[in-house]
Amino acid sequence: MKKAINLSVNGVSHTDEVEPRMLLVHYLRDVLELTGTHVGCETSLCGACTVMLDGQAVKSCTVFAVQADGSTVTTIEGLAKNGELHPVQEGFWEKHGLQCGYCTPGMIVTAAQLLNRNPDPSREEICHGLEGNLCRCTGYQHIIEAVQYAAKKAGQR
Amino acid sequence: MTDNYVGKRVKRTEDPRLIKGLAHYVDDISLPGTLHVAFLRSIYAHAKINSIDVEAARSAPGVVAVYTGHDVATQIGPVPCAGALPDLKVPDHRVLATNKVYFVGHPIAVVVARDRYVARDAVDQIMVDYEELPVVTDVEQAAAGGPVIHEAFGDNIAYRLTSGEGDIDAAFAAADRTIKQRVLHKRLAPIAMEPRGVLARYFPGEQELTLWSSTQIPHLMRTQVALMIGIPENKLRVITPEVGGGFGSKLNVYAEEALLAWISMQLGKPVKWIETRRENIQATIHGRGQVGDVEIAFKNDGTLTGLRYSVFADLGAYHQLLTPAIPTLTGLMLSGAYKIPAIQMNITACFTNKMATDAYRGAGRPEATYIVERALDLVAAELNMDAAEVRRKNFPAPSEFPFHTATGLDYDSGDYEAALNKAQEIAGYAELREKQRKAREEGRLIGIGVSTYVEICALGPSQAMPAGGWESATVRIEPTGKVTVLTGASPHGQGQETSFAQIAADELGVDLNDVTVIHGDTGIVQYGIGTFGSRATAVGGTAVFVAIQKLKEKAHKIATHLLEADASRVSFEGGKFSLQKGAAAGAAAGGTSDPVVPVGEAPAGALPEPQTEGKSSLTLQDIALAAHVAKNLPPDTEPGLSATYFFEPKNFTFPFGTHIAVVEIDRETGDINFLRYVAVDDCGRVINPMLVDGQVHGGIVQSIGQAMYEEVVYDEQGQLLSGTLMDYAVPRASHVPEFELDRTETPSPVNPLGVKGVGEAGTIGSTPAIVGAIVDALSPFGVRHLDMPVKPENVWRIINGH
Repeated sequence: MKKAINLSVNGVSHTDEVEPRMLLVHYLRDVLELTGTHVGCETSLCGACTVMLDGQAVKSCTVFAVQADGSTVTTIEGLAKNGELHPVQEGFWEKHGLQCGYCTPGMIVTAAQLLNRNPDPSREEICHGLEGNLCRCTGYQHIIEAVQYAAKKAGQR
Repeated sequence: MTDNYVGKRVKRTEDPRLIKGLAHYVDDISLPGTLHVAFLRSIYAHAKINSIDVEAARSAPGVVAVYTGHDVATQIGPVPCAGALPDLKVPDHRVLATNKVYFVGHPIAVVVARDRYVARDAVDQIMVDYEELPVVTDVEQAAAGGPVIHEAFGDNIAYRLTSGEGDIDAAFAAADRTIKQRVLHKRLAPIAMEPRGVLARYFPGEQELTLWSSTQIPHLMRTQVALMIGIPENKLRVITPEVGGGFGSKLNVYAEEALLAWISMQLGKPVKWIETRRENIQATIHGRGQVGDVEIAFKNDGTLTGLRYSVFADLGAYHQLLTPAIPTLTGLMLSGAYKIPAIQMNITACFTNKMATDAYRGAGRPEATYIVERALDLVAAELNMDAAEVRRKNFPAPSEFPFHTATGLDYDSGDYEAALNKAQEIAGYAELREKQRKAREEGRLIGIGVSTYVEICALGPSQAMPAGGWESATVRIEPTGKVTVLTGASPHGQGQETSFAQIAADELGVDLNDVTVIHGDTGIVQYGIGTFGSRATAVGGTAVFVAIQKLKEKAHKIATHLLEADASRVSFEGGKFSLQKGAAAGAAAGGTSDPVVPVGEAPAGALPEPQTEGKSSLTLQDIALAAHVAKNLPPDTEPGLSATYFFEPKNFTFPFGTHIAVVEIDRETGDINFLRYVAVDDCGRVINPMLVDGQVHGGIVQSIGQAMYEEVVYDEQGQLLSGTLMDYAVPRASHVPEFELDRTETPSPVNPLGVKGVGEAGTIGSTPAIVGAIVDALSPFGVRHLDMPVKPENVWRIINGH
């Protein structure tokens, strides 16, 4: 039996009927066609599916869409404003913080939350903040530099 | 020719779509009416299938079809193996199991349903009556006559091979000393962040099939899948959209790819399968999997005289594309960066009740480097020499290149000592040793590990490859002057859309943004080999470079004609063909022509003829337009402006370098902490230093994983105990040190770019440095060798004598 949900995604409100077992990540990808959020493990361990749910970074592969009823969601597609990249996106481009790009949306969303909470993190704090997100390509060093770049850039704005 | 881009840190042109979440991986492509596929996989490592009952699944609401092994056995050919070795035993590897299953994860049946949830539910409704059979997971037991997996073969030995040159017995007989050490290379899971995925769409009217697959080898896949399902190759188009990492795991042709293609033809509908992570660890190839004994013979002054490696290679239950070939690559690199007059490799390659091993980043070469470097550390310990000095003593001098090894290779170029010196200088090696000595006096455990590796890259000359070792490129200048590069390489994160554009932009004197690099679509790109073996830039980049030279020759001919000048007086510079001073043009010399088709003012209908009269120079855009309008071309000139080149390398390339790791061990917990990590790599000429650094970082961290965390674990019953990312420990950001990278640059003579390749350097050069550092830290406890992954538990036991 389907259930109606109502939520705001990247500033646009949506009402849909979904099966109670539909995962939030599948709702975003398959129903709203926001395919920037990826599925990497289905067990909350890799972080590729990270989105902001009411301002908190969550792993959308282990949240049901019905749990997000009434919530505000921001995905990777909603980070750039008026065509201007989010400082974290800019940092990833500047510092070569991505290779294959698959973990990147989740990594960027997580890093954005990290900087919201701690605008001037140390290297260690960045590493700790990114522990829930796996990257197999970059070896993390350029990701860490990307977050440092974003922190500096955001501080200047 | 300009030098605006090559050698510079150019930001990637791939990135905007990726950082905005607008790129398309296989699962991001949705076609109307797509059906979803899920697999039933074996829960036993070895069992007879008495019966399969699919009725409940087939009649479940939303299920469209269910197929078992018997339904497809006569319809789809075997999963291909390209490894050709003398007397190799090749099991009949069907896309679905028929009468027996041979490993946990072996696909048995497939459900096609209206959505992925329904498909997975239906898989649970299939009933299989299994009869368990004895299992063999240990490779030495498999070799020694354990339960036979493929009965027709009589035993589990897939092949035996002995290779190497020099009189090995004499070398050992004459040595001052010898050391023998058992070395394990545990199985690893490649864990590309994007699991495998396939979308197949058959067009019944056109009788054409398009297959989107997350692969490193679109063209080879097209050929193989066409043969497997019996569709003409020119009716099959393989597209690799964005690929979320491969590391060798997608250098393959898997059962699922052929099966999805076939199902789409049966149903006339698009069908999609996206691998789950659990399936990815069960049924995507593993890497490594060797158990061997290394023996090294040497003189009392540290000079190496011989090396023997006798290894049991754990192939798994079936051959995937290159499974049997991987251990032979280990044999090729057993000379490492050293002069060793006699080398012998004895391989016993065995079937086990596990997933196949195959190419994982480095593919047989990390094993070789690890063996040789560990052996050098053992020699150093035995002779009480410094780890760096015993290496230095055995390097070939730069003047000895091309350097012939006793494994039958000719290393192209190298200056191993320069890289070692530079790394030692950056690390402050002498001070580090002093610091270590003092720390030991205080009871602290600091270790320094050194690895001076060499790798074999740019795979490779066709003679040495199963299916061609060349790479292709087409470079086209469109009528508007935009440059299109079609490469047969298939990058999936390495950044060749940028680095190939750098090459093209400099060679043609155009803006980087005017170059588009297209790859991974067999419907558009000429046949290619793909991206693996650190080959894309050295082989594929060279193909781009040479194609441009051909194209420039033609453009020069057209320019000469249009300028009505003598060919010798027309030169190409900065994107323009110009008359040299004093040369007589057909008309009075004027300025450079303006762009012929200004943006936003494209002509309606016919293309304008370029206005060349009276000009002393012509842009590439003028030439391209003239070549396409074709009203005024030199006699016997083909219209259009494109060139294709298939580059066949004469040799492999041999990048090298020195990695130095410094660790400190916590005596209380056994935790291993990096204090420093210095890497000096030499990958020949560098196109984009930022991309090279990224490749090195990523490779080292995969090595950290292998050295300290990662291990695919099967129990004695063949159950996979490390089937999720909870149990299979991929390094996280907090596990990695801050790397200190540098380079030496020794161009390769093998290709005109001088490029060697860097994709696998990190995974090849790094593990011995890390393990060497840990062993060195624990040397006060008499430790000379430890097996990977070295975990805090092992370390704690050593410290506490348990």
